[in-house]
Amino acid sequence: MGILKFGGRLLSNMVHKPVTRNYPAEPREYTDRTRGHVEFDPGRCILCNICGKKCPTGSIHMDKAARKLTVDRMLCIQCGYCVDVCPKKCLSMAADYIPPDTEKIIDTYQVPEKPKEEA
Amino acid sequence: MGKRTIVPFGPQHPALPEPVHLDLELEDETVVRAVPSIGYVHRGLEKLTESYDYESMTYVMERVCGICSFGHGWGYTGAVEGLMGVNIPDRAEYLRIVFHELSRVHSHLLWLGLLADGLGFDSLFMHCWRIREKVLDVFEAVTGGRVILSYCKVGGVKKDLTPEMVQRIVSMCDDIEEDMRRTGYVFMKDSSVRNRLCGTGVLSKEDAVELCCVGPVARGSGVDNDVRSASKWYREVGFEPVLYDEGDCWSRCMVRVDEVVQSLNLVRTALRNLPDGDIAVPVKGPAPVGDFAFRVEQPRGEAFYYVQGNGTKNLGRARVRTPTNINIPAMVRTLQGCNLQDVSMLVITIDPCISCTER
Ligand code: SF4
Ligand code: SF4
Repeated sequence: MGILKFGGRLLSNMVHKPVTRNYPAEPREYTDRTRGHVEFDPGRCILCNICGKKCPTGSIHMDKAARKLTVDRMLCIQCGYCVDVCPKKCLSMAADYIPPDTEKIIDTYQVPEKPKEEA
Repeated sequence: MGKRTIVPFGPQHPALPEPVHLDLELEDETVVRAVPSIGYVHRGLEKLTESYDYESMTYVMERVCGICSFGHGWGYTGAVEGLMGVNIPDRAEYLRIVFHELSRVHSHLLWLGLLADGLGFDSLFMHCWRIREKVLDVFEAVTGGRVILSYCKVGGVKKDLTPEMVQRIVSMCDDIEEDMRRTGYVFMKDSSVRNRLCGTGVLSKEDAVELCCVGPVARGSGVDNDVRSASKWYREVGFEPVLYDEGDCWSRCMVRVDEVVQSLNLVRTALRNLPDGDIAVPVKGPAPVGDFAFRVEQPRGEAFYYVQGNGTKNLGRARVRTPTNINIPAMVRTLQGCNLQDVSMLVITIDPCISCTER
């Protein structure tokens, strides 16, 4: 009987299409909530550095004098905590992952002089 | 009496998903003594409490182990909430049960796959993992992560379920239950699986009690020490422990097969009775001086979380005692007198998670 139960499954495999995806020819679909990478909108940032202090891996660095914020993409673990704590909601989680690379990616953002008013 | 030889087993071995080392003292083909040694993946995560505040630490604690990551997040936040005297909303308690039980489903399916792989039954292995994939897809849709969920936070959970998501989880549970009816049947009845597992590595009930076993290892020997029985919330969703009395590898396997189906039922009941309301309460301020301990029934057994507050935002100490740590003496006991060929089966059936054990 065991043979029949499992054998049925194995036979149905022959007519079904594969469960796996033919990646990268068939790209991966992300969900709305996928935590892929952190996105930063410098326009609203008030340089409070809460994100830098709270980040558990220390991937966000802030240079207040130069008004620069850097995100070390290779250190970030996509936990989303910086997004939760940012008081101005200028950080957000985008769904797609950072593509593999041969060197370490550190993104630098220049925060403009006058923060634009919140909508 | 044959000559004694020592065979090193691990830390890199095809049967082992994670690095643990065993020195097997053999007489002919029989293991006379097994000496385990661990310490290959120690990362010092508990020490990080000194540098991060208790909320940031949640994300570190979740990464103690990839398979039971939700449970570690829950255990740690539960302990911190206890320390700070926070009561989380009912809806958050239910959502935590839902995600913890789904984690158990995927952890057990992963383990059943590894067991089938250890048996040399590769098609069964792939089917177990195919079923597991459905849980991971739901995790991604709801929490944003497939393995590390980052779903618990101190004070509740981070994201709510929409009615469509509830519907999706329920239909996934039905789907997996149907799959498990076929796949579980193979573990229960297939002669090649039974020949390999039945009667192998018997751990008597007395030994299981004496060695303080936890989790499916204890329940496979008829010892009911499931932490969930003590939880008010689990009683509300109708939890009953799964027990088998034989104490061999097969009964440890069947405990997990049955627990998959049981967890699916718990998830459906919890979603049906999901209370309305908030999913989190705000928690602010430093952790008070004092300490608190919290227990969670992880897929591998009881895990124990201890936190100590020192009046600042950083905790003085956070400590995890993991189930594999407790089950290693039982593994050593069953290894004594076994055949060399059975060693891999005996190691697999305690479901060792060395990353948790060493943190
Ligand atoms: S997602 Fe987490 S790890 Fe990444 S930058 Fe934000 S807080 Fe740091
Ligand atoms: S990104 Fe947000 S949290 Fe970080 S410095 Fe700017 S305003 Fe503050």
